[in-house]
Amino acid sequence: MHLHKFEKIWLVFGIAALVLFLSVVGVSAFHQGHTPSGGHMRVDPEKVRETAPFNQTGLRQKEDGTYEVVMIAQAFGYDPGKIQVPAGEQVTFTATSEDVVHSFSIVGTNVNMMVVPGQVNHKAHTFDEPGTYLVVCNEYCGSGHHFMSTEVEVVEK
Amino acid sequence: MKSIQIGNGERKLALANIGFAYSAFLIGTLCGLLQVFIRNDALTLPGWLDYYQVLTAHGLLLAIVFTTFFIFGFFQAGMSRTIGSFGGKVLRWSWVGYAITSLGTLLVVIMILAGQASVLYTFYAPLQAHGLFYVGLALFVIGTWVQGFALVGHYWVWRREHKGELSPLFAFMTVATIILWVIACLGVVAAVLFQFIPWAFGITDGINVELSRSLFWYFGHPLVYFWLLPAYMAWYVVVPKIIGGRVFSDSLARLSFVLFILFSIPVGFHHQLTEPGITSFWKFLQTVLTFMVIIPSLMTAFSMFATFEVRGRELGGRGLFGWFRKLPWKDVRFTSIFIAMAFFIPGGAGGIINASFQMNEVIHNTLWVVGHFHITVGTPVAMTFFGLTFWLVPYLTGRVFTKSLQRLAFIQIITWSIGMILMSTAQHLLGLLGAPRRTAYTGYAHEDALAWFDGVLSNHVTMAVGGSILFLSAVLLVFIVVQLWWFAPVSKGENLESFPIAASDSSATPTFLENWKIWIAIAFVLIAVAYTIPLTDLIQHAPPGSGRFQTW
Repeated sequence: MHLHKFEKIWLVFGIAALVLFLSVVGVSAFHQGHTPSGGHMRVDPEKVRETAPFNQTGLRQKEDGTYEVVMIAQAFGYDPGKIQVPAGEQVTFTATSEDVVHSFSIVGTNVNMMVVPGQVNHKAHTFDEPGTYLVVCNEYCGSGHHFMSTEVEVVEK
Repeated sequence: MKSIQIGNGERKLALANIGFAYSAFLIGTLCGLLQVFIRNDALTLPGWLDYYQVLTAHGLLLAIVFTTFFIFGFFQAGMSRTIGSFGGKVLRWSWVGYAITSLGTLLVVIMILAGQASVLYTFYAPLQAHGLFYVGLALFVIGTWVQGFALVGHYWVWRREHKGELSPLFAFMTVATIILWVIACLGVVAAVLFQFIPWAFGITDGINVELSRSLFWYFGHPLVYFWLLPAYMAWYVVVPKIIGGRVFSDSLARLSFVLFILFSIPVGFHHQLTEPGITSFWKFLQTVLTFMVIIPSLMTAFSMFATFEVRGRELGGRGLFGWFRKLPWKDVRFTSIFIAMAFFIPGGAGGIINASFQMNEVIHNTLWVVGHFHITVGTPVAMTFFGLTFWLVPYLTGRVFTKSLQRLAFIQIITWSIGMILMSTAQHLLGLLGAPRRTAYTGYAHEDALAWFDGVLSNHVTMAVGGSILFLSAVLLVFIVVQLWWFAPVSKGENLESFPIAASDSSATPTFLENWKIWIAIAFVLIAVAYTIPLTDLIQHAPPGSGRFQTW
């Protein structure tokens, strides 16, 4: 198969760019720990409220000193309805759904989690700035999808 | 120049597909216009119609129905044109396939209109539509398979009669696209037959949601290549002929299609990067495979511009960019497709961003994604199809694409471009500001959400203006199609439209490129590597299934 000289240059340049992009993404993910939200815990979608940790939703401090917010998403809102977290501390959001697929997405941050029934999703985030953050559901979940939102209040510790 | 006309049977078949495509196009774009108004509080729907019904119809009718029907019409006309008239059997099975595809579509549309299937085109469980909605989807896929196998059968007859020869480029690419489509559909067929239908009809009680999502996206990403490859066929085979050139490299054109079969399927997890249930390792592996599928697109970009430059220089273009001005810009069949290609540059770059693992969190399910697919399928693919329509319909109806219709066609593609630039730029920027996709209203009570109405381009109103222009452009296109179908003057031999097929020198092309067994086998190996372990994990460690929910 004949490759034109310019095409060789173009492909070498293109593939090198792709390798570079992937390396940046890979190092950021596996060396610096910037992986997207995920999790490997399962939960019976019909017994969410009877299953730890979802039997007690809301903020709690973990043994290692970081914080966790346990959340249940449901059509068309979140439990707890209002969330308050400390600034400058690592907060892990742990979420599942009682009914259909939702998302828990905090505008202006990288917290953008799919909330899937039967599965538990996690995302750690540190809010540097105090303030009120908008949370929206960005996965279609029914006629009230566009009303499904809440706020995270980040307060000085 | 005498043009080669195809048989009456294929003519009618292709027209039936294209007619169905444009009917869906008109309704689908009207739905788009309604969405624009509802989202900006300028329209209240009557009680029997809901925003999410309209949105489901918009997505299905444009992304699935318009594209698929048009693609089969194009394939059927092109296969008859390049490897000869269909036999009775091919023709009969093609009609059977067409009937099944149409029946499936109608069933789906009826269910949506009845308010029984406001589940959007991704129909994510455990939202449960009426069982007949899923039956309609299954029929749709089966119908496309029957039409596809009929074309493959036609191709086999040709191969038997031409032992040792490479098939014409158009036929090769058609078969590659059908292979891709059939393998891709296996995932969604498995989900619909074994998960959704038994569950929706009450035979099983629970559904494994994450498994159904993974099977959907196993299908969902190669689906976009099923749209894109016919557009690439137009770029590789049709456009060079229109500008008076030839295919830049036959072997590289074939190689790029082979690479699409290999790498467009084991990549679906890049749509599920922010989901639980799949480990980072498998998400990242599929991210790497996703990047592989960029390579054949890079090859295509090179081939296109090489063809343009070679031809521009033949026409007397001098200097580094002089050839560019020599291209036949006054020919709307060329200009439309050139604009389509230009849109794919930001479209493709945006796709790389979306698939970039953790970067996906910035844009996942925001309006950015909506902007992204409107400048991939919504313009590069769709406008290529418009460019084909301008000559394909008169070619099939024996009418003339008159000067005045050509002028209208220019207005159509320019308005589509302007509308799309406004709408998709607004969507991309709003997405970066966090605005979610798939919402009926935009009235979140928070200053961040109020900012989505502040910018010049990053503004929901700009998006609406763009969407409205797009609808006007769509109506103009349908008007042109109607003219070309029934009202334009009948051609009298001299001015007969032709089906442009560029010469492609395959004398140096290695024959192993057409050994499908090798490529299908490698494709399945790659799929097995990328999917076996994570899917087994989802099945073995499945949570109790989810029940049925109708939340609309």
